[in-house]
Amino acid sequence: MKLQEFLSPAPESARRRGPQDRIVSSSRVRLARNLQGIPFPHHAKKPDCIQALEMIQPAVLSLPSMTGAFAETMEELTALEKQILVERHLISREHASKGAGSGLVLGRDETIAVMINEEDHLRMQALLPGLQLQKAWEMIDHFDSALEEHLDYAFDRKLGYLTACPTNLGTGIRVSAMLHLPGLVLNEQIGQIIQSVNKLGLAVRGLYGEGTEALGNVFQVSNQMTLGEDEPRILARLEKVIAQIIMHEENARAVLMEKKQKVVLNHIGRAYGILANAHSISSKETMNLLSLLKLGMDLGLFPGTDRALVDEMFLVTQPGHLQQRHSEKLSAEERDIVRADMLRDSLAGVKRPLSKPPPPTTGAA
Amino acid sequence: MQKLDLCEDCAREHKVDAPTNFKLADMLLGLGAADEVGEAASTELVCPQCGYTQAHFKKLGRMGCAACYQVFGPALEDMLRTMHRGVRHVGKVPRRLQGPAQPPVDVTEQIRQLNERLERAVAQEDYELAAQLRDEIKSLKAKAGGRKVKE
Ligand SMILES: [Zn+2]
Ligand SMILES: [Zn+2]
Repeated sequence: MKLQEFLSPAPESARRRGPQDRIVSSSRVRLARNLQGIPFPHHAKKPDCIQALEMIQPAVLSLPSMTGAFAETMEELTALEKQILVERHLISREHASKGAGSGLVLGRDETIAVMINEEDHLRMQALLPGLQLQKAWEMIDHFDSALEEHLDYAFDRKLGYLTACPTNLGTGIRVSAMLHLPGLVLNEQIGQIIQSVNKLGLAVRGLYGEGTEALGNVFQVSNQMTLGEDEPRILARLEKVIAQIIMHEENARAVLMEKKQKVVLNHIGRAYGILANAHSISSKETMNLLSLLKLGMDLGLFPGTDRALVDEMFLVTQPGHLQQRHSEKLSAEERDIVRADMLRDSLAGVKRPLSKPPPPTTGAA
Repeated sequence: MQKLDLCEDCAREHKVDAPTNFKLADMLLGLGAADEVGEAASTELVCPQCGYTQAHFKKLGRMGCAACYQVFGPALEDMLRTMHRGVRHVGKVPRRLQGPAQPPVDVTEQIRQLNERLERAVAQEDYELAAQLRDEIKSLKAKAGGRKVKE
């Protein structure tokens, strides 16, 4: 099966809803595991990698939850397909750069994704819309327990699951959530928040993980430590911190609307103006402006407009998805034009934002 | 002092995203100490499983295979302490390694045998032993009830 046929259409994928998804766009729990007796991927020779792949892939596919899954080796995927997987957060950028000896398995509804021979032999994740860390953990925990019946994991009583990099030792767990925080950015509190989150031993990163920018005011918060603490505690700490960040973001929005209403309305109005009227626009600018549009939706400045439209635009204007819609290859300049066309079309039906927020019975919807 | 003993991604991650938090200096100090210990013990540790050397580890910050942890693990402890909340795993354990290492005991059979001994003790009017056996049976039954029956 082709990847395009397997993946749900972009609009559908972007419109998946979950609890608290005004601020938390998605929740993810990832586990790192390795096989005994085979060197870790970065040190393994080609035949070793292939051996690991040939052990892992059938084992994953044999699980009942993987009925109808998509499985492929990385060398069989095109650069465009890999890019789309990265944009959907189904594989990492590191994995996208892998070729022969690496592979992936995707569950039917794109919730479970397994990378084979990334930094570790196995990296499996459960990805859910909105704030659902607990559920994501339960799903991947079950998945892992089922898989462990078929595979001999490298495990040490003292050090736990043995991973290529000592930063993942122990539980091998990475719990993360994507947060949309335009209020904290506009009101210049974000640096402070990042610092205090860091102090708690958690990491804040950009949209695509390690070393990436916080495009569109989307920040990924995740645990950093994996050893010396069990999974429920790691999960609980993150949940607590996320609840606090949500509260701060809500506060920041309220304060902004009270004290700097014109500034906020100006940002949102200009964002709308550019997005709805530009004839060429980069993906980076698009994301940053869409973030303001989304804020405007949350503030009730676009009555009668489906908020999911913005989420959809956020995904489909990214380079891979954009390229996929236009089957012929596009240069960067051409992409910027096509992107602007798409935005103008999509926003044609959206009326310009109100010049005053509606009466403060917010949050009910 | 060595420059970086973390894998490139992680080094970038800590430097770029967590300049104040991650106590990079502490970590490097920790690494320095670990290096000295490692070097004092032997000039060139080699993993017998995968041929990975200490030099590899210093350069990449990653291990070569699971067995590497037995070779380089002891020198790693200071570094782990700065990276993590502890140096001992307390989380999930694969099912095959769970519980006491011995094969599961058949509790029903154990209780049956104790009951036989109890009957004998009562018959012989050894009430002290009987009381002891009765308590033992009681606690075994409680344990068996408390533990989930294996699927
Ligand atoms: Zn690493
Ligand atoms: Zn080794």
